[in-house]
Amino acid sequence: MTDIIRRDPRAEWIARNRLHPLHAVMQAAHTVKEARWMGPNGVIRKSPHAALGFIGPNGIRRIDRSGAQQGGTTRRLGQSQETQLPLHRVDEPAFIIAVVPDMVGGRLSSHDRDLLGLAHHLAGQEGAVLAVVFGEHKETGFDTAGVDRLLQLSGHEYDGYSPEQRVLALRAVESQFLPRHWLLPDSRTGGGELGRRLAAALHERPATRVWQVKDGVCIGRAGSGSEDLTRAVPRLILASAECAEPVSETRHDAIEVMLGEGNTLRSLPRLEDLGPVAVDPALIPMAEAEFILSGGNGVQDWDLFHRAAQTLGATEGASRVAVDDGHMPRHRQVGATGTWVTARVYLAIGISGAVQHLQGIGACDKVIAVNLNAGCDMIKRADLSVIADSSAVLEALIRLVEGYRAGDWKDVA
Amino acid sequence: MADVSLEVITLVSVGAHPTSGRARRAEQDARAVELGLHLAGNRLQLLHAGNPYEEALRGYLGMGIPALHVLEQPKGADALPVLVDYLREASVQVVLTGTQAETGEGSGMLPYLLAEALGWPLVVGLAEVETIEGGSAQVLQALPRGQRRRLRVRLPFVASVDNAAPVARQSAFGPARRGQIEVQEVEVVDDILLSESTLQPSRPRPKRLKVIKAKTAADRFRAATAKASGDGGQILRDVTPEAGAEAIFKLLREEGVIR
Repeated sequence: MTDIIRRDPRAEWIARNRLHPLHAVMQAAHTVKEARWMGPNGVIRKSPHAALGFIGPNGIRRIDRSGAQQGGTTRRLGQSQETQLPLHRVDEPAFIIAVVPDMVGGRLSSHDRDLLGLAHHLAGQEGAVLAVVFGEHKETGFDTAGVDRLLQLSGHEYDGYSPEQRVLALRAVESQFLPRHWLLPDSRTGGGELGRRLAAALHERPATRVWQVKDGVCIGRAGSGSEDLTRAVPRLILASAECAEPVSETRHDAIEVMLGEGNTLRSLPRLEDLGPVAVDPALIPMAEAEFILSGGNGVQDWDLFHRAAQTLGATEGASRVAVDDGHMPRHRQVGATGTWVTARVYLAIGISGAVQHLQGIGACDKVIAVNLNAGCDMIKRADLSVIADSSAVLEALIRLVEGYRAGDWKDVA
Repeated sequence: MADVSLEVITLVSVGAHPTSGRARRAEQDARAVELGLHLAGNRLQLLHAGNPYEEALRGYLGMGIPALHVLEQPKGADALPVLVDYLREASVQVVLTGTQAETGEGSGMLPYLLAEALGWPLVVGLAEVETIEGGSAQVLQALPRGQRRRLRVRLPFVASVDNAAPVARQSAFGPARRGQIEVQEVEVVDDILLSESTLQPSRPRPKRLKVIKAKTAADRFRAATAKASGDGGQILRDVTPEAGAEAIFKLLREEGVIR
């Protein structure tokens, strides 16, 4: 649906002309049911939304009090819908390019999207891109990211850290789909390790830290990064971020495929995952902390703020004002003049959002703001904003988390 | 916590200084040696495959280890088969390596291929060994963003060490001079990679351009003048602090940051 108002002048004219022979018929067609009904006390009730008035030629609602007239146009949608991208369809793929995205936090990262773009570059028109996803995911945009076939491998054997089981599953994918290329992100979040394990298992020599693939030749960093290695494109590519442009102009099927029965073996794990270890969040460098609780001018009670950071298990950050006022040390300052952070979740308490601060949190995934002023820039940036007093919200949050932890602990015991 | 009965071997390589390119002890390998010294004390064995007369190798001896074993190979030879043969005979329980070499291909594949060839489990990004008892070890693995994960792994195992491992001690000149380098002649297996591909000084990577794919002039204008702010998230007004905290808590739980 577009923004352009489609008018039917004839219908409008008939709607205005009560003597027109078609007036009654067209009104009946446009009258919404349940526009008026008898209430329980015998009073006639009218729905103000369903049938009252009509949209005039200027887009303004007009109400005719004579009780007979209805508009000739239907109500149009306020916002324009997203344009539908052309569908790229591969019904009978000549070959398969297999991609194993990292799926950090259950979603495709920008690195994964670059990799899918590279996969499409390699697949061309005939090949299909197969994405292999382990466990549950929250991603809804596989079609626009460029996934032709989606293989989701879920099951408790893939939960947690299970590289050996995953390599077994990928070997099953190898024997079933015979992909022409395997593409994995050369990242520290799992792709680099899984790709190298897979390469060792398949006896393929991978190209690592690849940043360009062109004309059958790939270039990757070698050694400590001061040299480039140029070679023919191998079957297994571990590509670094920004190796190619992500898919942006087409939509894809993302057809679910399954792994054949009996193909997946269960291995006896030689590595046993005993779960994550509590790390003191204050010791994690702020630039690479995952979850930051940041305070600004709107924080009155700094003891409460520190308590909240401890309870939530968050690394502390601060805006420049808080640092200048002496509430927080200088190395905790977030922003262009402090540290550029890469947190996945950034909880900003009483920060209005100066440009320098917003630059510093540019790489953050989810921003939550608690502020009294609903018009500040931080609220515009945030994914979730709460317009309330920061101290009260922090206290409530501490109570919630403590309650959750206590309940959790009881469940385990 | 040096363990008297534990046999640990650390594989070392010759590194390159990031700025000058001069040969030095490799950063991650030195950390692996440090970790090995924590585990086995002076009984730590060092193994290198390559040129035994390289002066930078003495940097490892200077960390307090009396001897370094070298499998002599020319430049460009494949180190994997000779290392596998040596480790099969060596009856070690823990093999420590760096994550990737600082010179040559530096693909980081060596620990993976070693583990595959030996049939041993592999721990990637070993940060700390907590306990070793009853044929298995409890170790901490370094994850991105400063996180740690506890693993139990069967002995013997291969482990690679990255920058989360303890910082290597300084190398002392006297022990470095006094240390013995034992040379062993081995069969030379050529690596075919460098005969069919080329190493060049790295080119700076092209910066990604922000391409605006607007079809109409109005869209291009909007893209050029629009503020970088997103489409705006959910805003909760006039809510009690409890309700606001509830919404925040829900999001934090969904993102998995509350543990």
